[in-house]
Amino acid sequence: MLAQYLLAGLTVGAIYALVALGFAIIYNASNVINFAQGEFVMIGGMASAGFVEAGLGLPLAALLAIGCATLVGILLEKFAVERARGASVVTLIIITIGASILLRGLATLVWDKKIHPLPGFSGEQPIVFAGATLLPQVVWVIGVSALAVALVWWFFNRTLTGKAMLAVSHNRLAARLAGISVRRVLLTSFALSAALGALAGILIAPISFTSWDVGIMLGLKGFAAAILGGLGSGPGAVAGGLVLGIVESLGAGYLSSAYKDVFAFLIILAALVFLPDGLFGRRAAERV
Amino acid sequence: MIARLFLAVLVLPLAVFAQEPIRIGAFLSVTGPAAFLGDPEQKTLELYVEKLNAAGGVLGRKLQLVAYDSAGDAEKARAYVKRLIEQDKVDVLVGGSTTGETMAAVPLAEAAGIPFISLAGAVVIIEPVKKWVFKTPHTDRMACEKVFVDMRERGATKAALISGAGGFDRSMRAECLKVAAKNGVQIIADESYGAGDTDMTAQLTKIKNTPGVQAVLNCGFGQGPAIVTKNYRQLGITTPFYQSHGVASKQYVKLSGDAAEGVRLPAAALLVADTLPAEDAQKKVVVSYKHEYEKRFNQEVSTFGGHAYDGLMLVVEAMKRAGSADKAKVRDALESTKGYMGTAGVVNMSATDHMGLDLTAFRMLEVRKGDWQLVK
Repeated sequence: MLAQYLLAGLTVGAIYALVALGFAIIYNASNVINFAQGEFVMIGGMASAGFVEAGLGLPLAALLAIGCATLVGILLEKFAVERARGASVVTLIIITIGASILLRGLATLVWDKKIHPLPGFSGEQPIVFAGATLLPQVVWVIGVSALAVALVWWFFNRTLTGKAMLAVSHNRLAARLAGISVRRVLLTSFALSAALGALAGILIAPISFTSWDVGIMLGLKGFAAAILGGLGSGPGAVAGGLVLGIVESLGAGYLSSAYKDVFAFLIILAALVFLPDGLFGRRAAERV
Repeated sequence: MIARLFLAVLVLPLAVFAQEPIRIGAFLSVTGPAAFLGDPEQKTLELYVEKLNAAGGVLGRKLQLVAYDSAGDAEKARAYVKRLIEQDKVDVLVGGSTTGETMAAVPLAEAAGIPFISLAGAVVIIEPVKKWVFKTPHTDRMACEKVFVDMRERGATKAALISGAGGFDRSMRAECLKVAAKNGVQIIADESYGAGDTDMTAQLTKIKNTPGVQAVLNCGFGQGPAIVTKNYRQLGITTPFYQSHGVASKQYVKLSGDAAEGVRLPAAALLVADTLPAEDAQKKVVVSYKHEYEKRFNQEVSTFGGHAYDGLMLVVEAMKRAGSADKAKVRDALESTKGYMGTAGVVNMSATDHMGLDLTAFRMLEVRKGDWQLVK
């Protein structure tokens, strides 16, 4: 029983982690909480399902879907966020909320309002593991998520562009004086977040299906995971996602499924009260 | 004599001219989250008002459909119903795709004294009985009873429930809990899941490990039931599994794939129109409606459009029997409807039953090889 609950928790947790990572990357680059993050997840799922229904192979469909979402992320930055340069952070956040509503509306026009399935990457035959049964897709979700997190870590710590982005998050002015283009960093952060979100959307679609409004709840849970881990912290986002997923699953299993979401949000409240900067957050230094 | 002739020439055309159309007021969720209900309902009303008019109308008068899109919003529904009654002066109201929209319209229809046929599901619409309010769809309570009867026939008396968090899901769960004991079924596990949940294995594992569960019923709507079905097979649970009429569409079978094999659910005869035996009394009406609808709109027929068909036809029948479109007379005629065969089943209304359907309205279906099969 425990193994089943843990596996279920890890699966959703991995998805929350990818979404939370998207929040963290954009927050670092711009201090903006991008409430359209859930919509990247939706675009990933819907576009890949659309391409598969149009007859493309799954790998190609997935790549194209990630490409679509990345493009939407870039357009969002170029035509909405960048145009409002100089506006307050709150204004920018409201812009992202507007963008999320727009994207949901567009999705119902480009695709439709139906729920779409996506075939599992390697079949639907359940695997028995440590007394629990899991779908092969769960292995894909956990494996690819881990790989994506590792790649993001490598990008931020081993490449010049990644380091430039980190520098901007630490001190915008100093980074600009050192010759880093803040505009390019912003653009990259939106593209990267969109790609990660789309990846999450594609990975989870064979398990939970996809539809035009799937981004709302996943976006919210991802945001909660990001808060839990400490906004702007990469490892925090991953840990926050996994903890949230496992708490939900254990809560539903051992206590009551009716209050499943309550446990998750209780944990977050507790974290905010006792660890206001999240599990891994840097304590913001007060400037005098 | 000349004066009389003059009068005849003058008045007769006036009398014909005065045959104003009978106005049918509709408020439906054509857009918004409940568009899958309102869209086929509106199309059905348009199609059949057109057909009835082509056949000469009702009582020698044409029908005129005045329809508004209440978008699943109770507040909008209230405003439109007000407009339908006060400005458009309609003779009868058909609509309220959702229970919320219906309940918002009930006080207005009652105060104005206008026959109102709701197309929404919940029991509260007709219980307690409201003088002017009727409804065509079967209730979730009937779905529960149909499932419990089938469970007992298969020898299961201890069942588990797993329900979603939506309005439909919660209402059906409550009704099932209410009528379980009466139908000889004991509910020994009662789990739920959230609206956007992606994995229900935790809840199902709990059910699997509850000793004595002989059957499982999922009260759900949307994508949740398909995920539950997949998880059910993934965990290798073999006890009989039931879904509700909420997912009685090809979409559910398509989403769940092989996992749906052997799942049973109660549904209206419309879904299996072509496979009904020829002697089935309902076959004629459902096959005719299905073909008319699919020919005209080139999309698969749904039970929701069928509810609108029944609503319109009940009104037309009542007007014919009353011999007028007078509101009070039509209401009385509606209440005395007996043996009307509609897409939802045979309707026998009375002063205490403003829906008039019984359990035969539901057929028990089983998914076999990716298609519905009637369980005899």
